[in-house]
Amino acid sequence: MRQSYQRPIDPHWWAKSPYLGYTLREATGIAVAAYALVLLAGVICLATGENAYRGWLGFLASRWSLALHATILIGMLFHVWTWFAIMPKTMPRLVIGGRYVEPRLITATGIAIASLASLLLLLIVIRVSQ
Amino acid sequence: MTGDKSGAERRVTVEVLRYRPEQDAHPHIQSYDIPYTEGMSVLQALQYLKDHVDGTLSYRWSCRMAICGSCGMMIDGAPELACQTILRADNVGPLRIEPLKHFPIERDLVVTMSGFISKLESIVPFIIPKTPRTPAEGEYLQTPAQLARFENFSDCINCMLCYAACPQFGENPDFLGPGVFALLQRYNGDSRDAGQERRMELVNSENGAWSCTAVGYCSEVCPKHVDPANAVNQNKTNSALDFFLRFLPRRSAGGT
Repeated sequence: MRQSYQRPIDPHWWAKSPYLGYTLREATGIAVAAYALVLLAGVICLATGENAYRGWLGFLASRWSLALHATILIGMLFHVWTWFAIMPKTMPRLVIGGRYVEPRLITATGIAIASLASLLLLLIVIRVSQ
Repeated sequence: MTGDKSGAERRVTVEVLRYRPEQDAHPHIQSYDIPYTEGMSVLQALQYLKDHVDGTLSYRWSCRMAICGSCGMMIDGAPELACQTILRADNVGPLRIEPLKHFPIERDLVVTMSGFISKLESIVPFIIPKTPRTPAEGEYLQTPAQLARFENFSDCINCMLCYAACPQFGENPDFLGPGVFALLQRYNGDSRDAGQERRMELVNSENGAWSCTAVGYCSEVCPKHVDPANAVNQNKTNSALDFFLRFLPRRSAGGT
């Protein structure tokens, strides 16, 4: 007798191992978008006038803003790490000199460049603000 | 780690999800207690069960060496080949064996493969040369660099572990899925093949590349390091190119 049985999918699969990391990677994309909005607000305030810009700077110094930035930073770091981890899977096969480039090397290069760029930016900001 | 030769036999509890359509309305867990031997694989445990304890147990197996792709099943919740998974003496609690997730269960640990097979057929999994050569004209040549572009995709053994790992396939059983995409890319990526155009309709379709959300777990569970997630996601690029390139005038002289 043939009577196959289809088990239902767990509706909460995305909240459990091994998928939770994926869910957080996608969710922390919101942190990236949120920071873009903070910067965009700054640009709009700058274009509006001095008072608006000072208001935006005042918001940045507030306790709420610091908490928001700390949250965004944590989300962003997780996103950067996991984004570069999945990057080799999303691009065409890289063949250099007739040899296939290992995915791990692509991930490591991406994270290294992101870290160096962040460090460089931090140094420039410290230099300018002194 | 030394084998227990002092006399006291070590035993292990194995819980198997059973489903026999002629008598069971739903699958249920059956527990067995079997002797444990050092270096024993999950497949060996199942073989002991069937030979000495319960002859009614059904499962697929063949080569015992991770090349036939028959014995894929959920072992303690993760999709694995039973022949390649070794029972550890320090395992805490019973070992849980279930059929591959997301597939209909045919009987016990045997799942229905027909959906997978028809998807595999749909991508025309063979080389379609642009200009066929006769044996007299010699072989189709390929450089090592051209081979490197698709070689690992040809290592797929159709074990379907990637399908059990893929939540999008779980949500939508019509999704072409990681394994079939690996084989599709094995041919599309081959310099001797000119069949990409024929396969693009499937890639672009609702159940094609865009059903993938880049979870990436399929590549992690692949016993042959085929990296099916890469095959699917490369085809998102191909699909986007295919969409935009049709706005460009065709180069071929015969075209309109």
